[in-house]
Amino acid sequence: MTATWLIARRELGAYLRTMSGYVIAAVVLFVDGILFNVRALGGQQDRLSTEVLSQFFENSSGLVMAASVFLSMRLLAEERQNGSMVLLASSPVRERDIVLGKFLSAFIFLTLITLAGLFMPMLILVNGKLSFGHVAAGYLGLLLLGSAALAIGTLGSTLARSQLLAAIISGCMVVCMIVVWMLGTVTERPLNDVFFALALWGRHFPPFQAGIIHLRDVVYYLAVTYFALFVSIRVLEARRWR
Amino acid sequence: MIEVDKLSKYFGERAAIRDLSFSITKGEVVGFLGLNGAGKTTTLRILGCLLLPTSGTVRVDGLEVTQNPYEIRRRIGFLPDVPPLYPEMTVASYLTFAARLRQVPARETAARIAEAEEKTALREVHGEVISELSHGYRQRVGLAQAIVHKPALLILDEPSAGLDPAQIVEMRNLLHGLRGEHTVLISSHFLTEISQTCDRLLVIHNGELVGQGSEGELATAMGQGGNAIEVEVRGQPADLAERLAKLPAVSKAHGRATSEDTTVFEITASADIRAEVARLLVSAGCDLLRLTRSESRLESIFMNLTQAGGPQ
Repeated sequence: MTATWLIARRELGAYLRTMSGYVIAAVVLFVDGILFNVRALGGQQDRLSTEVLSQFFENSSGLVMAASVFLSMRLLAEERQNGSMVLLASSPVRERDIVLGKFLSAFIFLTLITLAGLFMPMLILVNGKLSFGHVAAGYLGLLLLGSAALAIGTLGSTLARSQLLAAIISGCMVVCMIVVWMLGTVTERPLNDVFFALALWGRHFPPFQAGIIHLRDVVYYLAVTYFALFVSIRVLEARRWR
Repeated sequence: MIEVDKLSKYFGERAAIRDLSFSITKGEVVGFLGLNGAGKTTTLRILGCLLLPTSGTVRVDGLEVTQNPYEIRRRIGFLPDVPPLYPEMTVASYLTFAARLRQVPARETAARIAEAEEKTALREVHGEVISELSHGYRQRVGLAQAIVHKPALLILDEPSAGLDPAQIVEMRNLLHGLRGEHTVLISSHFLTEISQTCDRLLVIHNGELVGQGSEGELATAMGQGGNAIEVEVRGQPADLAERLAKLPAVSKAHGRATSEDTTVFEITASADIRAEVARLLVSAGCDLLRLTRSESRLESIFMNLTQAGGPQ
């Protein structure tokens, strides 16, 4: 078993053995359910199935980002807070294994929470038709968005000494990455293209929401994930100097 | 096993340790003494590959810590002052994780855990959740994770910190049990523990090594060599200090009244002269209340070295 998977498995066990994982899952599913009923199913009666589905993915994308911040805040900050980081740091494992293992566990848990809400789009079948391609594209978008937000959260957790501070740092980074899209609306080309391209949600998620997969958007989310994890590893390596 | 040469570590402008040089041979049990902030933990963290030095070299088993940290980490067991535990795990699952992390093969893991639990007396809490254990047990779990992979070098930072007197004695016995199997470097504030457990001492003060050697060697270097004896007698016998000082091998003897009718004499000699002292006291007609080896010698050495920055 590789060190990455060993750490991921222990971390996943920690989500399942403590209340925090269940509380986050319960809150996300509860709020998602309410939003689905009020925003997606409620309102005008003659709504198309694809509009309901699109609204569901929009609701879920916000919750996935929020859940990512709360799931990732404990990853490394908690280890520093209670001193258990020394166990990993004095063992023959690389910083890369630690960061990837932690990220992987949070991503698996986030995937489980996200897929637990799958019954909601299935409810559309009661009164309408469902495009399974649209569902698959939407879920792919949610998981890619979650992966990027979790990687940003992992970076926040690497930088902070406490979980609260990690959540604040990660939350700020995610919000900045979202609102950078607004800067694009008030600036001119070519600057606005840069802002639109960098935005975490505004340009890259709506196609998934509509059931369309662009390679450009997939590459963007993977690149954000890679970059944030890369910086996290470097921060952890640099800590040996301090 | 460990060779440290001109090791320095700066945090900004502040030097945590400066030009430390010492070596530890295989199988030795060495005590690391120093006041709070002296640089003990920084040194141990560098030896454990948790921190990089600013300058100087550190070799563990012939490997340089900056060049081969992963190789060195396979050979060390590290117990920091706060045991690195995951409270939600059971003792068994935690030790399994620690063993697998230290690359113990899966087929040997159960046997290694059983061995570590045996040595640290943890068998009875094998299935217990760590958060429900007492402080003493948690400290033992910390020690078990450090030895589960049978490391050649064991680094223990304040292993008795926060333990009650009974737990301190238990911990001392556990450390005695590790003798012979590992090279051990222990930092501790408990001078009795160090005195009874270690072959040799390293005394650090303000980031510099101010003394190293066995307790006897340090005492000799500080002018307190030989055997120190304390004698308590009834009354305040005249000229007894002079008569004790005239005994062969005695270098110093002086008395102080501890109450109206008792006097304590502190005698320093180059050999064990307890029998001669007893005979002298009986022949002088003194009522002998107590005759013991002085327990405070290490304390006195430590205070002298850390207050005066004594000789190395």
